[in-house]
Amino acid sequence: MLHHYTLWHALVGGILIGLASLLATALSGKIPGISGVFGRLLVPATPDKAWRSVFLFGLIGGAALSFALWQSAALFRPMRPLLIMAIAGLLVGFGTRLGGGCTSGHGVCGVGMGAKDSIAATLIFMATAMLTVFIYNRVVL
Amino acid sequence: MRAGKLVLLFLAGGLFGMGLTVSGMTDPARVIGFLDIFGAWDPALLFVMAGAVGIYGMGMLILRRFAGVKLSSAAASPIDRQLVIGATIFGVGWGLGGFCPGPALANLGALQIEALLFVPTMAIGMLLAQRFFGADRE
Repeated sequence: MLHHYTLWHALVGGILIGLASLLATALSGKIPGISGVFGRLLVPATPDKAWRSVFLFGLIGGAALSFALWQSAALFRPMRPLLIMAIAGLLVGFGTRLGGGCTSGHGVCGVGMGAKDSIAATLIFMATAMLTVFIYNRVVL
Repeated sequence: MRAGKLVLLFLAGGLFGMGLTVSGMTDPARVIGFLDIFGAWDPALLFVMAGAVGIYGMGMLILRRFAGVKLSSAAASPIDRQLVIGATIFGVGWGLGGFCPGPALANLGALQIEALLFVPTMAIGMLLAQRFFGADRE
């Protein structure tokens, strides 16, 4: 049952992400967007590195655990050559820090609280991501 | 921060990582399938968003009203040029690779070569934004 992906997996996974974000917000007093949690770890002057590291180690550990437990969670189908992945990483890192958030900080937390800037950011990055896939699939592939 | 709180934050991170993997966000083909609205569109990630946004939104209403939880950055930032340009660039990167920051980190847990490459270049991109644009908004 758990080995075949269904829309229930999507919904339950989303609920887990929401609960985890809620718990992290209550404990840290910060919006736990992954790009912000990770990006601030790279700044020497960040005063609250302990909870950020612990949260991200937990994230990697939790992922490793469910990769081991469930085939559907471990499904990994790479789509792009490694050079494209490296460029994508640069753009994702730069864009999320300049724009103040990623899919979790803006897309889940900000949108969940009805913050106008997060709603705007989410609409923009969804639109440019869809446009990028459209162009990549027609021009490159 | 007290040790007990840090343990709970580790568990919150674990829950987050499980949510990312169970939901299919760590599979680039599923993410790119969701973004491919002009092709063979896969709507699954809409359910991930609905679950996450719904739970977080409801939960925050309750926490703020009844538990008095306050955020250090409660006021929304303005919709300015940095936000628009940043979100645009992030979207291009997300569409190119099929990774956003959470799933990229989560895939370190499987030592996927894509993640081992993507996470360091993502860190470089973050440092560049922070160094040259002082990008430090919440």
